[in-house]
Amino acid sequence: MSVKENWEPKILAFCCNWCTYTGADLAGLNRMKYPENVHVIRVPCSSRVNPQFIIRAFQKGCDGVMVCGCHPGDCHYATGNYYTRRRFMLMKRLLEHNGIDPNRFVCRWISGAEAAKFRDVVTQVSNQIKAMGPNEKFREPYYLEKEAE
Amino acid sequence: MMKYSFFPGCSMGSTAKCYRLSLEYVCRQIGMDLYEIDGWNCCGATSAHVMNEVMGLALPALSLAKAEKNFPHLDIATGCAACYSRLKTAAHHCKNDAGVRYQVEKTIGMPYEAKREVLNFMDIFGTEEAMTAMQEKIRRPLKGLKVACYYGCLNVRPAAITGAPDRENPMTMENIISLSGADCIDWSFKTECCGGAHQNDATTETRPLVDVIIRNAVANGAQCIVTACPLCNMNLEMRQKEYERIFGTPRIPVFAFTELIAIAMGAHWNEIALDAHYTDASKIIAEAIRAGKEADVK
Amino acid sequence: MSRVGVFVCHCGTNIAQTVDVERVAEAAKSFPGVVYSSTYKYMCSEPGQAMIKETIEKENLDRIVICSCTPRMHEVTFRKMLKGTKINPYQLEIANIREQCSWVHTDKEKATEKAINLARMSVAKVLLNEPLHTSSIPITKRALVIGGGIAGIQAALDIADAGHEVVLVEKESSIGGKMAMLDKTFPTLDCSACISTPKMVDVSQHPNITLMTSSEIESVGGYVGNFDVTIRQKAKYVNHDICTGCGLCETKCPTKVISEFNQGLAKRPAIGKMYAQAVPAKPVIDPNACRKLIDGKCGLCAKLCPLGCINFEDEDKLVTEKFGAIVVATGYQLIEWGELYPEYGGGKYKDVITGLQFERLVNASGPSEGHILRPSDNTEPKTIVIIKCVGSRDPKKGKSYCSRACCMYGAKHAHQILDKIPGAKVVTFYIDVRTPGKNYEEFYDNTRHDGAIYVRGRVSKIYEEDGKLICLGEDSLLARKVAVKADMVVLETAMVPAVGIRELAGMLGIAVDNHGWVTEAHPKLRPVETQTGGVFLCGVCQGPKDIPDTVAQAGAAASKVIGLLNKDSMETSPMISKVDESKCAGCGFCVKMCPYKAITLEDIDVRQGPKTVKKTVAKINGGLCQGCGACNVACRTGCIELLGFKNNQILEEVDSLCL
Repeated sequence: MSVKENWEPKILAFCCNWCTYTGADLAGLNRMKYPENVHVIRVPCSSRVNPQFIIRAFQKGCDGVMVCGCHPGDCHYATGNYYTRRRFMLMKRLLEHNGIDPNRFVCRWISGAEAAKFRDVVTQVSNQIKAMGPNEKFREPYYLEKEAE
Repeated sequence: MMKYSFFPGCSMGSTAKCYRLSLEYVCRQIGMDLYEIDGWNCCGATSAHVMNEVMGLALPALSLAKAEKNFPHLDIATGCAACYSRLKTAAHHCKNDAGVRYQVEKTIGMPYEAKREVLNFMDIFGTEEAMTAMQEKIRRPLKGLKVACYYGCLNVRPAAITGAPDRENPMTMENIISLSGADCIDWSFKTECCGGAHQNDATTETRPLVDVIIRNAVANGAQCIVTACPLCNMNLEMRQKEYERIFGTPRIPVFAFTELIAIAMGAHWNEIALDAHYTDASKIIAEAIRAGKEADVK
Repeated sequence: MSRVGVFVCHCGTNIAQTVDVERVAEAAKSFPGVVYSSTYKYMCSEPGQAMIKETIEKENLDRIVICSCTPRMHEVTFRKMLKGTKINPYQLEIANIREQCSWVHTDKEKATEKAINLARMSVAKVLLNEPLHTSSIPITKRALVIGGGIAGIQAALDIADAGHEVVLVEKESSIGGKMAMLDKTFPTLDCSACISTPKMVDVSQHPNITLMTSSEIESVGGYVGNFDVTIRQKAKYVNHDICTGCGLCETKCPTKVISEFNQGLAKRPAIGKMYAQAVPAKPVIDPNACRKLIDGKCGLCAKLCPLGCINFEDEDKLVTEKFGAIVVATGYQLIEWGELYPEYGGGKYKDVITGLQFERLVNASGPSEGHILRPSDNTEPKTIVIIKCVGSRDPKKGKSYCSRACCMYGAKHAHQILDKIPGAKVVTFYIDVRTPGKNYEEFYDNTRHDGAIYVRGRVSKIYEEDGKLICLGEDSLLARKVAVKADMVVLETAMVPAVGIRELAGMLGIAVDNHGWVTEAHPKLRPVETQTGGVFLCGVCQGPKDIPDTVAQAGAAASKVIGLLNKDSMETSPMISKVDESKCAGCGFCVKMCPYKAITLEDIDVRQGPKTVKKTVAKINGGLCQGCGACNVACRTGCIELLGFKNNQILEEVDSLCL
């Protein structure tokens, strides 16, 4: 499948309510600019993100997925992001094993004050995914067809 | 089973004649067998490890590898603190760091697995088996002899490598010496460095080190100092005349710890070359033997 | 069929200038379940809210989506608004089209598209929202303070003054803690006892404070507002109800043992008060020293006591009480330096003492009545060496952290020596001198001005020669070896957490760091709270600090407790995890994951065909669960769901983005 002109990737970002979501809000408050293709889903803690969600996102047509939470040691729930860290170290390997470029999946710690970091990270991820082109692995045939139209 | 492969080191054949003779005498008496490593070489102490780290480990490892090849089931014994430090360091690193072991094996051209322990003679004579055997052979206790046991730095340090349980106040030598009937004094400089490695090239720095050690031993009532290292022994004893002239340091006989045990076991002066010492020790030894006999009669 | 209403906010021009709000509202009409959509200038305003309420009635909506600013801003506002309508406040989703759309994008076309996507995601989620109900838990208006040092005393007094009942538990026989041992406090040189004993007396006389000395925490159950705490009151062997504290028993007791309060520098009888100003001022018997209790002989005190208070049959008592809040103020002890520093003699030299021993020596109520005397021969030392950072800032041997107070009390010790011993010489070995605090630097400057010698470097060895302690060290500023012939050496040793803090923390469900210091909920913004609701901390149990900081922290902890206890009941968030017992296999993975100990395994009866069988399932304590959702992911059967963020809700959001 050839990459269409003006193709925009779809990027999903799971952000924890206490740090990264706040950081993203702060980016808005400071009128920072970043690509439109990033969509944030609010979760209470990065440890709420089930690996299933990520697989599902790739399956349904996302080209990149991010999971962002508080810095290790700063978790609102004390230990949540430690689980996140361990889980997604494995997740990266699982994706690689299944033929998905592990760079499509990004896990970052962004605090509530790091609006600029949020902007930089999403911009960088967006550019990176754009360069990679659409994700075709895992994708259900229906979505492939839809995209081909 | 008291059998060890033996790394004599260079001093044992020259300056530490008394040490070697008395060591062999004690071993004969208690039925301990030492197997000299065939083709042992210099341990590299004092200079190799500061010039080249790998060479500093490979030199002692070569002797250890030979010991491992010839006597694969024996631990390695050495009488010199400097040799002990170098051998132990090499064994420690080869055992715990596969990268170091690979480099060392490549350098020495033979395999070395570091399976056996490196021990000094204090460890060896300090075992229960050896202590019991020595106790049985004591025939001539040295009563009332006040001894300062001097360990020096390298027999106990660095603690991470030697695994010495009490690096500031070790007691193994005291336990062994007390078998001879002598009294070990409590003093403060038993693990201080005597500067032995630099006694020829940095005399202005090392001389004061010896001065404070001897002074502290004498101040605490010692009649003689006992060491477990040929280098310490030489450094403490050989230049006493010079120290006396420069600092007014008191003179005091210095023995290897095996000498006192050998004497208490009844060794003849000639057998262990007791007259090869620089400071005359005949008087205090004779006195201690006489006191021992008197106590026995009573 | 669900009837969803979508309300798109202009937010003045904040949203409308980059997002075509009309198009968003139009597009929303096509989303599944949506029956109504509209826009308004300010949704959060009074007329905006009225409009929404009206529409809910008119269109018979059962859930709504508001496309506006971040939910962190107005979610609470809109939930409150829904309280008056037939819609449950949790049947609401907010699509963040301001902070995460209009403000961060410039291309109107793309921003509008994204806003539509965000609205679609929210609609998809709201369709799966369930009505949730907050529950309220009653609050027991009593506080428990663990530890009777200055931190615990201050916290107890502050809470009690606000009108709440306080139980102060202290494991020793008297409150006062370490501050009672000190002589003077830096930098003002106030007498420590003069400022702390009045507070101790206040505690004992306060109508709202119940003092439990010689007591320890046995177990803790329950949760914020409703803790059940079992306290072990150790046997005192003296009936404190009738004892008048006359002190006859103390003076006649024939058994003398080493006094812990005097740091081993003096002896104390087996029966007695901890120290003269002890609160309560009544004696207890030390069962490890009393001859009557050990081998049945003596019993002199029982014969002497005019009131017959002595009871050798006394036993430990367990009492269980209910509390609404708990303050941890367990404090510190000094590091056991002997084994770590054999080069300092490892404890064999009597004249090498710790800072706390020096405090007792210099204290007028101490063993030498305030004269600084060598413990070995009771002579006055002329040259004194002070070594700082013994065990602190020394990760190889002791602890990596700085104990914070030592620089200052080291300077105070130097000052006291120079003050009390004419012609004395003080040499202080230090790594750095750290004096951040009001008037601290000035105090240190004065001490140096008075003649204290500061040598930057560490002491490598101490040995005895001719009755003097020779300290060998290095002056690292001059790169020169130094040897000081001292009469006495004072080691300013590191603070370490009190014994048993790990066990206590385990009972309370709070975290300690690798040194054993209790971890606060947030190092900057929640400094006196712990991660367990209703458990607060103050004083050195959180980390080394000096008295002013301790007292300030105690006040802060007390104000948090007062804030909590002032409420009659507490609303709990309904967005907590819930277990589907029919699916739960009882594997217990979630139990290990939960940072709040909110999940326990429980046996329940289930019908299986004709039989009733036992089954182990996870049970969630709604009072403890904070709604993080970590257990959801750990659950292998997927039977735990975080209400409001259920698996299928998030999956729907993902799916609808990709449509």
